[in-house]
Amino acid sequence: MRVGVLALQGAFREHILLFEALGVEVEAVRLRDHLAELDGLVVPGGESTAIGKLMDTYGFYEPIRERCADGMAVWGTCAGAVLLAKKVVGGVADQRTLELMDVTVRRNAFGRQVDSFEADLDVEGLGGPFRGVFIRAPWIEEVGEGVDVLAEHDGHVVAARQGSHMITAFHPELTGDTRVHRLFLDQVVGAPDAAGMQG
Amino acid sequence: MTTDDPTRVETGTLRVKTGLAEMLKGGVIMDVVNAEQAKVAEDAGAVAVMALERVPADIRVAGGVARMADPTIVRQVMSAVTVPVMAKCRIGHFVEAQVLESLGVDYVDESEVLTPADDDYHVDKWAFDVPFVCGARDLGEALRRIAEGAAMIRTKGEPGTGNVVEAVRHMRTVTDGISWVAGLRDEQLHGAAKDLGAPYELVRWVHDEGRLPVVNFSAGGIATPADAALMMQLGCDGVFVGSGVFKSGDPSSRAKAIVEATTHFEDPDTIARVSQDLGEPMVGIEISEIPESGMMQRRGW
Repeated sequence: MRVGVLALQGAFREHILLFEALGVEVEAVRLRDHLAELDGLVVPGGESTAIGKLMDTYGFYEPIRERCADGMAVWGTCAGAVLLAKKVVGGVADQRTLELMDVTVRRNAFGRQVDSFEADLDVEGLGGPFRGVFIRAPWIEEVGEGVDVLAEHDGHVVAARQGSHMITAFHPELTGDTRVHRLFLDQVVGAPDAAGMQG
Repeated sequence: MTTDDPTRVETGTLRVKTGLAEMLKGGVIMDVVNAEQAKVAEDAGAVAVMALERVPADIRVAGGVARMADPTIVRQVMSAVTVPVMAKCRIGHFVEAQVLESLGVDYVDESEVLTPADDDYHVDKWAFDVPFVCGARDLGEALRRIAEGAAMIRTKGEPGTGNVVEAVRHMRTVTDGISWVAGLRDEQLHGAAKDLGAPYELVRWVHDEGRLPVVNFSAGGIATPADAALMMQLGCDGVFVGSGVFKSGDPSSRAKAIVEATTHFEDPDTIARVSQDLGEPMVGIEISEIPESGMMQRRGW
């Protein structure tokens, strides 16, 4: 199994360190050629406008979608969740996304930095609370058919999955707790029928 | 935390403060003085903007006392963009910091670019929910600011000069300090803490981990894509560009080029390509021509 972390901007190093701690082969993806051999890709937290523009400049949108059609799994955290959504509200007018998941994500939904928070979350399949770190975080405002809600906070969806695509509004890479990374590897990347479950 | 909150919600924790800085890594933070500039910066791919009344180059020319920006400017910038907005308070001026927190800015920069308000004490940054970034020229200064609650560091450089030499010096000095501490034996760490003027626990942390406990950006004199990539190759996590963008001939193109060079800092082909046809860079200042009183980096301790 080989995963990549999109390394254009943001907290990619923390994801790489956690995957390494789990003994997984992991690569920093700076150019689209790096996508070729990957079973899974993480679009990390950062600034979604900045990452989105760099994805555009370096031609990542179509190659990622093509690799997904071949069965590559994708997980977006925070800004990454914005970039996987079919629809974004509260963003810049021309925000382009990968449109991989049938969800509407609201940017900075929980507020500005002074509203950033930590909270215990009950995440589907983890068995026991997970400390969610929310930084100027989005929430998932609407989910389409075939999208499973994995976690909620204060009545808002903060983690969801659709086939081989997963999004979290919070930052498991900042906690040192590897359970969500494990879940992505075991249940999303490693799902036997991942290729046949495209959303 | 009260027992009737099963999810144990906490705001203003060190983790959410340092966490925002983690999200800015690999990015460019640009000084802006109005909503239009903020839009140009956001469109170019800036990860955050710094709302100011004047960029450092103009502060140098204007002289006098430089203070926190008018809240009107901060508010206009905040409503113009969706990226995080930072703003500067004077060193030690905790009421300016309170005002900026009240306005809802995402980061406060306790900055030597403004005229210091206190000769002895920096702001007690633990008292705030809003995170702080502070300048440093060496490891001891960085650790003193972190001990006071800074959640992000930027090496100072010499602001408003368009001359990268001081940014390089400070980045190298911090890196050398980290290498020195990392190579010490355990029994030497108390002495090192004394020499650095920094708390033993933080010196111990740097010794064990071989890096600063928080994100470190580079600032003060970055004017070209190659300058930004130089600082990234020297080991910083991202860059602040103050006067370098909006004091140049073509701010939009230059801003975008600096963003690309910061991402692809190890790829000379990309840096070469984005450096073409950017128009005039800001006019630089030779450091030796700045009078002693004009050296902003010496403010703070």
